[in-house]
Amino acid sequence: MNKEPFLRMSKRESISIGKSVLIYATALLLALVACAGVIFLLVRMNPIDIYKAIFDGALGSKRRIWITIRDLLILLCIAVGLAPAFKMRFWNIGAEGQILVGGLVSSALMINLNTKVPNVVLILLMLAGSAAGGMVWGLIPTAFKAKWKTNETLFTLMLNYVAMQVVTFCIVFWENPKGSNTVGIINQQTRAGWLPEAFGNDYFWNIVIVAVLTVVMFIYLKYSKHGYEVAVVGESERTARYAGINVRKVLMRTMAISGAICGVAGFIIVSGSGHTISTSTAGGRGFTAIIVAWLSRFNTFVMALVAFGIVFMEKGAIQIASQYGLNENASDVLLGIILFFIIGAEFFINYKVERNHK
Amino acid sequence: MEQSYAIQLENITKRFGSVVANDKVNLTVKKGEILCVLGENGSGKTTLVNMISGIYYPEEGRISVDGKEVKIRSPKDSFDLGIGMVHQHFKLVDILTAAENIILGLPGKQLLNMKQVIAEIGELTKKYGFDLDPRQKIYKMSVSQKQTVEIVKMLYRGARILILDEPTAVLTPQEADRLFEVLRNMKKDGCSIILITHKLHEVLAVSDRVSILRKGQYIDTVNTSEATVQSLTEMMVGARVNLNIERPAPVDPKKRLELKDVTCTTKDGIKSLDRASLNIYGGEILGIAGIAGSGQKELLEAIAGLQPVSEGSITFYPEEGGEQKLENLDVAAIRELGVRLAFVPEDRLGMGLVSSMDMTDNMMLRSYRRGKSEFLDRKTPGKLAAKIKNQLEIVTPSISAPVGRMSGGNVQKVLVGREIAQKPKVLMVAYPTRGIDINSSHTIYHLLNEQKKKGIAVVCVIEDLDVLMDLCDRIAVLCGGKITGIVDGRTAKKEELGVLMTKHERGGEDHE
Amino acid sequence: MSVLIIFIQKAIVQGMGILFGALGEILTEKSGNLNLGIPGIMYMGGISGLMGAFFYEKSTADPNPLAGMLISLLCAFACAVLGGFIYSVLTITLRANQNVTGLALTIFGTGFGNFFGGSISKLAGGVGQISVAATASAYQAKIPVLSKIPVLGGVFFSYGFLTYAAIVMAVLMSLFLFRTRNGLNLRAVGENPGTADAAGINVTKYKYLATCIGAGIAGLGGLYFVMEYSGGTWTDNGFGDRGWLAVALVIFAMWKPLNAIWGAILFGALYILYLYIPGLGRSMQEVFKALPYVVTIIVLVITSFRKKKENQPPAGLGVPYFREER
Repeated sequence: MNKEPFLRMSKRESISIGKSVLIYATALLLALVACAGVIFLLVRMNPIDIYKAIFDGALGSKRRIWITIRDLLILLCIAVGLAPAFKMRFWNIGAEGQILVGGLVSSALMINLNTKVPNVVLILLMLAGSAAGGMVWGLIPTAFKAKWKTNETLFTLMLNYVAMQVVTFCIVFWENPKGSNTVGIINQQTRAGWLPEAFGNDYFWNIVIVAVLTVVMFIYLKYSKHGYEVAVVGESERTARYAGINVRKVLMRTMAISGAICGVAGFIIVSGSGHTISTSTAGGRGFTAIIVAWLSRFNTFVMALVAFGIVFMEKGAIQIASQYGLNENASDVLLGIILFFIIGAEFFINYKVERNHK
Repeated sequence: MEQSYAIQLENITKRFGSVVANDKVNLTVKKGEILCVLGENGSGKTTLVNMISGIYYPEEGRISVDGKEVKIRSPKDSFDLGIGMVHQHFKLVDILTAAENIILGLPGKQLLNMKQVIAEIGELTKKYGFDLDPRQKIYKMSVSQKQTVEIVKMLYRGARILILDEPTAVLTPQEADRLFEVLRNMKKDGCSIILITHKLHEVLAVSDRVSILRKGQYIDTVNTSEATVQSLTEMMVGARVNLNIERPAPVDPKKRLELKDVTCTTKDGIKSLDRASLNIYGGEILGIAGIAGSGQKELLEAIAGLQPVSEGSITFYPEEGGEQKLENLDVAAIRELGVRLAFVPEDRLGMGLVSSMDMTDNMMLRSYRRGKSEFLDRKTPGKLAAKIKNQLEIVTPSISAPVGRMSGGNVQKVLVGREIAQKPKVLMVAYPTRGIDINSSHTIYHLLNEQKKKGIAVVCVIEDLDVLMDLCDRIAVLCGGKITGIVDGRTAKKEELGVLMTKHERGGEDHE
Repeated sequence: MSVLIIFIQKAIVQGMGILFGALGEILTEKSGNLNLGIPGIMYMGGISGLMGAFFYEKSTADPNPLAGMLISLLCAFACAVLGGFIYSVLTITLRANQNVTGLALTIFGTGFGNFFGGSISKLAGGVGQISVAATASAYQAKIPVLSKIPVLGGVFFSYGFLTYAAIVMAVLMSLFLFRTRNGLNLRAVGENPGTADAAGINVTKYKYLATCIGAGIAGLGGLYFVMEYSGGTWTDNGFGDRGWLAVALVIFAMWKPLNAIWGAILFGALYILYLYIPGLGRSMQEVFKALPYVVTIIVLVITSFRKKKENQPPAGLGVPYFREER
């Protein structure tokens, strides 16, 4: 005779905030234990020291704190850009490309205009230009999706690499010094097009731009008519048509915004932190941000927390790696492990598992 | 005398969350008989057979096949017991051929010999007189051809117990007759057949015994030869609920809408609505009758601006005079003309409401654009939600709970409540009481009548002829996309409607 | 003439690694799982194979090439399967979003590869690069005699055995998908899991198996790059974007393994075309490198435009399936 199924799962009717926090906290804890286990196996380091080293790497000194904040801001900016697209259930996997194109436009303006226009004008031009660049890169697959329902996941993914080749194409013309195949620090002497220091802080303007985007996006999604349309389209296209929403228009408008913000992220990287452009300008952050945006359920404030957690771990892992002379890619391994746990935890938020009582 | 049953269900209980879909249901099927499972929509028929076919697993109760207790945990378990199920929504893979679908999931030699399979299928189809090309891909087939594939699939697998879930809902009367013939042939072969339906004439025509379910409860099983339409209806609907729906006389009906030769064409070039002409008056309820899929959906959606019209015109006559053409305008364009149409679609959670949103956010689905501000006004819809919740006695923990978690009746009240709150000139309702308990149904009929009294033109698609004849002032009957007749609801006869519903015109262009 | 032969050779060499990745992804996608973790899985396969051979060669004074080859094959396949298994547990059992899980897996796998590639010799107490000359020689061995035939030998017989394995694998996979019972069932799972379930097919099992075996095959692509292409050495981010190119090839091949064979060679050719066009400036070379992606986009657009049912992605691709959802 067959047994009855041992475990039964059913969709939760609802979950309290406390319980969901508990589930995520447990997942994070398990992830940290797993990470410590991996590190211990590799370098035989005392687990307590591991955590200390991680903390030290991320927040150990003023300089490190600022680097953590800088990277957090960039990741957050991209995630904020992806939020409206994902809320619309539009799989924009193309943030990498949109960032690159945005960064490319910024670099082009920096290199070509240098000191020919006042710095304020240059920076504003760069900001607008990179937003426009990211927007165009985001709108190409959207137009095909709207017209022929072309699969946007695959299309946006492919465009990332087209963007990468466009960047290498430009580097050939911009390389400095000649033959290095890199652009080097742009406008190192003049600092034209660099986001200026303010209140004694290099990243003041980065903070301002990203904070404004985070707050505005939160309000846009939650309280504006546009945000409502995005939610309805994401839920069901048929309902949207029934409500009199022009689905194509909403698709295009939302992806224009999404692409533009990713382009601005490219601007922040080029103008506000790296001051150069290369194929690794986006450096996979466009992909990490997808995970951030998804796990945060499109709430931009939660995104800030999740992004912090990720950058924190990344910096910590790099610290450990350098202490032991190991490869810094260790951070990606640890990040991957943590993500697996958090992604898995989502199941327990949505479902409850019970043992079959008999 | 000990009777050997092909299949026997005892005290089967299945819950979905807090909803009890089947409560201690019993069912027996003998070998070589056709058993009808009769019940209204939402009575738990489909849930019950889904447990026999392994889609759901019962929480309590016993299932026995050929006298032996069995556990059916997956569709595979069900197959292995010789049970075959033809679902209402066909379970076919579009890009595969009929033959490939038929052998899907079967054990056998790894390397496929399609030639042999096709030959075997040919034998089966010849034996029962099916018209089927096993090499044809499913996505190129008509609905009745797909059903044929489903049935042949079961026969090919040697199913001895065949379950059919509302098989005739999508068929023409001729196709249904042919189906019944096949079923009788199978019965002669010693197969057992469970036929799920809510159509009484089918029950009487084809079955040996009838089991009746009502609201998830098992009522009784009777021999068909001893049953009458009257007795079955009574068991199906229970203690004779007074169907006497109020029907006030229309006061001063004025023409609101005129449809002239409206034709809708699907992508495949099939006319889903064929030169339909109709006048709709304010202050009356117009019922739309017809077999499922006869063009009801297209008719309402064409008016609502959700369905492109390939030919013909739709004209709206405002109270203050003049006329406005509505054909091929979208929802937003119609609204901009100031034409207030309300529409309760068939697919409540997939079209009419956003299931993950709460009542407040759903209230503004059709009106969120109001006002110049770029931001949403949640106050007005919030008040409306609270008002509707109280007036229509909607059961929900709060107006900020997602509507998708509510029961069917409450969902419908939210939807109807919102549409009426728009103060429409025309109110269109598709299947207003499908899957809804009797009390909620009456609440909704009452709402429709109130609108009628206000001079609003009400159009409703209803499948239950009794309700149509009790509620509507006029009834338009659709068949194959054509309007085959418009009759007075007060004097209409059921037989008359039945004839119109199946009156397929044999046009010259279709034959020869 | 000889330039053409070398061009074809190089195109094939470039294409085969991608072909493994694409074949693995085709098998995975046929089950309805869009595994964007394939690039990461290829890294995992590559480094594990290399590590397996490395530790083997370190442990004996006179390493046997054949043994090294078997060990590395096994390690690569097993580790890649592990990657596929993580993806399967998360997306199938724990019902996580496929795109998010896949990307996380790519982050993990790429990091895994680069981390061990850069650290393993140090962790093992040595210095400098990993090198597994003996094992690599087994991978790079050409067919004796036949490879000496002029022209034909160069074009057809001058590759290591993994190249032929890839082509044989593609043919076998095509046979499996379109001529066998299990293949038919798998296609049904990817197209319409509800129907497959109703037909008595164990959807979960098929999804798990297809995803894990698909990952294992893709992992061989990583091994190919490490062993046959790079001769048993590791360079960080050495595969570049080839993992994504494999995902692109799946679309280009319209989910058909046989198309993937010539598609892979075409992609390989496009990838190196810039080297063979005389007078091409460095900037134009970069434009040429984008060709495989542009071609894929064009194919994607054309198929969506023509809407021919047979050429579409599996209908259930990316859509999770839960039976008792209601």
